[in-house]
Amino acid sequence: MEKVVAVVGLTKSYGDVKVVDDVSFSIGEGEVYGLLGPNGAGKTTTISMVMGILRPDAGEVSVGGIPHGPEEMRTKALIGFVPQQNALYEDLTAVENLHFFAKLYGIPRAEAGGRVDEVLAAVGLTDRANEAVSQYSGGMARRANIAAGLMNRPRFLVLDEPTAGVDPQSRSAILEHVRALADSGVAVLYTTHYMEEAERLCDRIGVLDDGRLVAEGTRRELVTRLGERDRIDLAVDGSAGDAARLLEALPGVHAAAAKDGGVELSVDNASELSPAIVRTLAEEGFEMRSLQVREPDLEAVFLSLTGKALRD
Amino acid sequence: MRVIAAITAKDLRQRLKDGSLLLFGLVLPLGMAFLFAHLLGDGPGDGLDIRYLVVDSDGGGLGGVFVDDVLRPLDEDGVISLEEAADTEEAEHLVEEGEADAAFLLPQGFSDTVAGGDRAVIEIVGSADSAVQVQIAREIADSFAVEADASRTAVLEALEAGADETPEALSQRVREQPAPLSLVDDTTADWRELDTATYYAAGLAYFFLFFVVMSSVTGILDERRDGTLARLLAAPVRRSAILAGKSLSATIVGAAGLFVLAAVSSLVLGSQWGPLPGVAALVVSGTLAAVGITAAVVTFSSSSEQATNRISVVAFGLGLLGGGLFPVAQLGALSVLSFATPHRWFLHGLAELGGGSFAAVLVPVLVLSAMAVVTGALSLFRLGRMLNA
Repeated sequence: MEKVVAVVGLTKSYGDVKVVDDVSFSIGEGEVYGLLGPNGAGKTTTISMVMGILRPDAGEVSVGGIPHGPEEMRTKALIGFVPQQNALYEDLTAVENLHFFAKLYGIPRAEAGGRVDEVLAAVGLTDRANEAVSQYSGGMARRANIAAGLMNRPRFLVLDEPTAGVDPQSRSAILEHVRALADSGVAVLYTTHYMEEAERLCDRIGVLDDGRLVAEGTRRELVTRLGERDRIDLAVDGSAGDAARLLEALPGVHAAAAKDGGVELSVDNASELSPAIVRTLAEEGFEMRSLQVREPDLEAVFLSLTGKALRD
Repeated sequence: MRVIAAITAKDLRQRLKDGSLLLFGLVLPLGMAFLFAHLLGDGPGDGLDIRYLVVDSDGGGLGGVFVDDVLRPLDEDGVISLEEAADTEEAEHLVEEGEADAAFLLPQGFSDTVAGGDRAVIEIVGSADSAVQVQIAREIADSFAVEADASRTAVLEALEAGADETPEALSQRVREQPAPLSLVDDTTADWRELDTATYYAAGLAYFFLFFVVMSSVTGILDERRDGTLARLLAAPVRRSAILAGKSLSATIVGAAGLFVLAAVSSLVLGSQWGPLPGVAALVVSGTLAAVGITAAVVTFSSSSEQATNRISVVAFGLGLLGGGLFPVAQLGALSVLSFATPHRWFLHGLAELGGGSFAAVLVPVLVLSAMAVVTGALSLFRLGRMLNA
């Protein structure tokens, strides 16, 4: 996977307070990187420096292999930005807003109209394109906000809590769209207050706390690092104790116990192990009535790392 | 340039959708100029609407002199509108009905009474609703009385000195003498006066200019609050281009507002701003100065609301000191402070323009431009720091 964004040792202080402390990460082509952290952890400051809005005290950012900063227009042209606020001119229509951003990115006039139609269709706002943004619902304004970030067909897209305050239907549409963008090769930096979004969308996650990146990895890597494992609940005909003893011997099973008439297993990777469990039980004459997988909760990981819930 | 033009066009589009532009740019200054010009003296045509009646029951020489040599020339010059009434009753009735502001009543035997050395009276009947016009009528009559008395004294002294002409011939000679003193326009004065309509139209236009450009200039704080500034900074846009775009839109809006006001006030109030090249130079330099000053205030403010309040205070202060609301002369010793205000130089330039050539506005234009450069540089420095913070 080609590295699109590299962040090395970013540091920023306000007075004596170090709000971002030696943060490093990278994002590859087609990868969604989730940056999670409680309020005040330094996410927005980190994003501002990654965007080139804010000059870091130390550290470097490169985009597409080019050193990036507030005055580097080549890299800025590669980045799409969806800020936390609906950063649109509310007295202008969506079309007027998007044409304005097209001009900022130097998109030729002949091409801009098609590009505006394209991004409006992508976020489902074609029918309301000529209404003032002030007339939009919260969800529509959010989608228009995302559309503005896509005008330049970015290689690197930064979304800062794009679904805050959005209804579930719009949220789902936004997540699907971000996933589709990533699948098309866009590198995505994504922050959210919703853990389920991070679990569903992000290929890798970095956890920020007090300005420092305290953990980084895939969801499974983070969970494993804290000793959390998948759980499988089985209901079988026959002796639950016998079934538990049988399954405990399988590789990848760390613990098995009869519980409430069924069997509870602690395993490394439930989805990989499930076929072997079903096969073993069938070979030994057990009839399995149900199998339920419970993956470890990322919220618990986050709580363990930061001492706070994500939405604190 | 592409980005600056885009930001300017976007700001202008937003301003055109904003009702405050019409309010501060046209309605308020024009309405107040119209009101002030009428309340304080002049109106369209550079003159009060003064309607007088005269009832000449004298029919003699002196009454005829008052009507023919004093009132009629004023009527012919357009200073007053003069009608004759048949008698006192008709004159009083017309004044009561508001058809005239005042009536001069010359009683029967007026000339003979004066010639006999007795006390004669020119009676004035005035409308209670036309205090200024009635006062002017009194002044006219009083001036005539003083002059008549001086003439009478001169004739008497001539006769006592043994003049061999008749009193009538002597009186005629006195009347034919040119006045020893007369009021003429002072073309060498340091500050020529604007007529009332132009003064208030221009003064209020420049006063409200600060409020017109305010919305454009404070827009950068609104953009910071609304998050769009972050989006601009994230785009391939130089910070200087953002500042230039904002300043240019403020300048265009302000200058266009002044030009429109100049045109409309000329048509509606009869104000005379002067030759276009000079007016254009003053409008552009004056607008740049206003943009620079308001932008400087913005850079010392943390929010749009705070900046708006501060600019309002500054605009009122400069307007009061600079003659934007009333003539600088009324400030007395404080009038020296007016030289620190752009209002003074803008109005000074217009006054100079009315009395001289285009070159006459060079000094005001240079002073206004210097104010724009100094405050603009301060704004750029401060805004640069603000955007980098």
